[in-house]
Amino acid sequence: MTITTPRPSPPAGVTRLRVRSPWRRNAPTRRRSRWAEAQRSWRLHWQLYLLVIVPLAYFVIFKYIPIGNAVIAFKDYNVIQGPWGSDWIGFKNFELFFTNPVFGTLLENTFILAFYLVLASFPIPIMLAIALNEIGNGWFKRTVQMVTYAPYFISTVVVVSMTILVLSPRLGVVNDGLGLFGIAPINFLGDPNYFRHIYVWSDVWQTAGYSAVIYMAALAGIDPALHESAKIDGASRLQRIRHIDLPGIMPTAVIVLILGVGNMMAIGFEKAYLLQNDLNLAQSEIIPTYVYKTGLINADFSMATAVGLFNSVVNLCLLLLVNFAAKRITGSGLWR
Amino acid sequence: MAMSTPTTSTVSRPRRKPAATKKVREPFGDRVFLVVITLMLAVMLALVLLPLIYIVASSFSSATAVSAGRVKFWPVEFSLHAYKVALSNPQVLRGYYNSLIYAVAGTLISVTLTVAIAYPLSRKTFFGRNVLMTVLIFTMLFSGGLIPTYMVVQDLGLLNTRWALLIPNAIGVWQVIIARTFFAHSIPDELYEAATLDGASELRFLRSVVLPLSKPLLAVLVLMYTIYQWNTYFDALVYLKDPDLYPLQIVLRNMLILNQRNVGATDVAQQLQQQQLANVLKYALIVVSSLPVLIIYPFIARHFTKGVLVGAVKG
Repeated sequence: MTITTPRPSPPAGVTRLRVRSPWRRNAPTRRRSRWAEAQRSWRLHWQLYLLVIVPLAYFVIFKYIPIGNAVIAFKDYNVIQGPWGSDWIGFKNFELFFTNPVFGTLLENTFILAFYLVLASFPIPIMLAIALNEIGNGWFKRTVQMVTYAPYFISTVVVVSMTILVLSPRLGVVNDGLGLFGIAPINFLGDPNYFRHIYVWSDVWQTAGYSAVIYMAALAGIDPALHESAKIDGASRLQRIRHIDLPGIMPTAVIVLILGVGNMMAIGFEKAYLLQNDLNLAQSEIIPTYVYKTGLINADFSMATAVGLFNSVVNLCLLLLVNFAAKRITGSGLWR
Repeated sequence: MAMSTPTTSTVSRPRRKPAATKKVREPFGDRVFLVVITLMLAVMLALVLLPLIYIVASSFSSATAVSAGRVKFWPVEFSLHAYKVALSNPQVLRGYYNSLIYAVAGTLISVTLTVAIAYPLSRKTFFGRNVLMTVLIFTMLFSGGLIPTYMVVQDLGLLNTRWALLIPNAIGVWQVIIARTFFAHSIPDELYEAATLDGASELRFLRSVVLPLSKPLLAVLVLMYTIYQWNTYFDALVYLKDPDLYPLQIVLRNMLILNQRNVGATDVAQQLQQQQLANVLKYALIVVSSLPVLIIYPFIARHFTKGVLVGAVKG
């Protein structure tokens, strides 16, 4: 992000010399010094600066002090000496974590789950939005929109409970359906191999309608003249979708995908933890749940912080990398 | 992003044929294509709707029918027993009460703080706005993590108090961006100049001009924060130990996912009955807890959509 503040316009009534005269050494400079700008801003907006204090304090206390506290990843933390007073142990926690046999599994589980989630939840909202855009503005369209949007407002706890109930081997309606085809009941939640599918598809179920909204807006922004002329030229609906709609929503799609990949490692703790049980732990243990268990259940603060820090750094690198790639390919990244 | 029109549902489709040319039929291929698309949407609709119907149908069925797995998509042996049990459960009621407190207080705090930082950020002559924005955005990209944040909450003595759910996640950066974009685009500078000429201070201007003009934005913020507070369970899981403070979502988690319940029965028949009741109770609890949100949802969906789209516009 570039830090450029637009030059304040001169107060009314004051005529300023616009043309710089190169032969006058003390000609007014086009840009005021930053100090003068700050002083002027304070005079005008001092009440706003007071207003900002409390929210700013919030960010410092709850977002930046924790970043400082993360130093305990490199320390043998004990409560009495505090985060800064504890003894340095360098990268020992990281070494321990990287050589721990659980490390490979954790990394694999987290990456595969996150990648699967990004891939699966990308195309479906686009399909939904295009399909909704094709059919007229009838009750059917409104119903589909309304119903597919609704699950977004249901809490994670409830969605997970519903998933468990629907997939239950004894009572669940899914196993009933499988029974019709002569398939024996499957204990979906007890089998680690099903965990990722359950996680990802219940997520798609919950968010597809919500994510489609952004694409609907992008579709509404496409110039109708394009469609009109394509129709006159005899383009079919499918051709118009391919050559007008899809290119039209491409910039939006790229940004959504970038955000998705960039936030891959920040994959939700909430859901994975709820879907976890002793039987599917082999694939359901991901870094965030591991951090929670290490830190708050086993009370190993330093180790948990180290693992969390590793996750944050990987996430940041991914985001920067993806943004860089997007800038190269499409010419526009997330920020200028 | 090419988003000139921020409304989706209300925009009339530009490709619709005008009435005069209605007798010109679409080509055969296009009509087939429309049928395919409609079918696809119908399948999607069913996939979303059927699990919801199944849950509701089960919740209205008798305990024995549910436990025998006889309920599909219509109540069997209609009964309200599960609801009576659910609504007389002290834990559930307590959870409801707590969640209401958290939703109301949390939303109040969050909206106030969000406006307090977003409004100055929207003023072009506010020196330092770009630095401040960078400070905020950075917290979206990188965080200290769970434990370092927990340590701060612990040091402030917020652990195991109601404040732990209200303060540590009070401001969402995304919401600040939405609010800032709204203020920047819908409050013209001329209004400010006029108010200054009339001798209004910055705060007075904010109170008497900006806020009354920002009702749609305030509605969006209230909705977003309320739904967040109603639905989240993570903070409570981490920061609360006292069951009296648990919000509804934690109560639900304990009852629905961890299967905790008070076992008082001794003989087998009674145990079986309790087991059956526990099964149907789950369905009723799901309905009871999601109902408030789902009832207001049709009325708020449009505002919510607008909020999402305002935030999506880069700026």
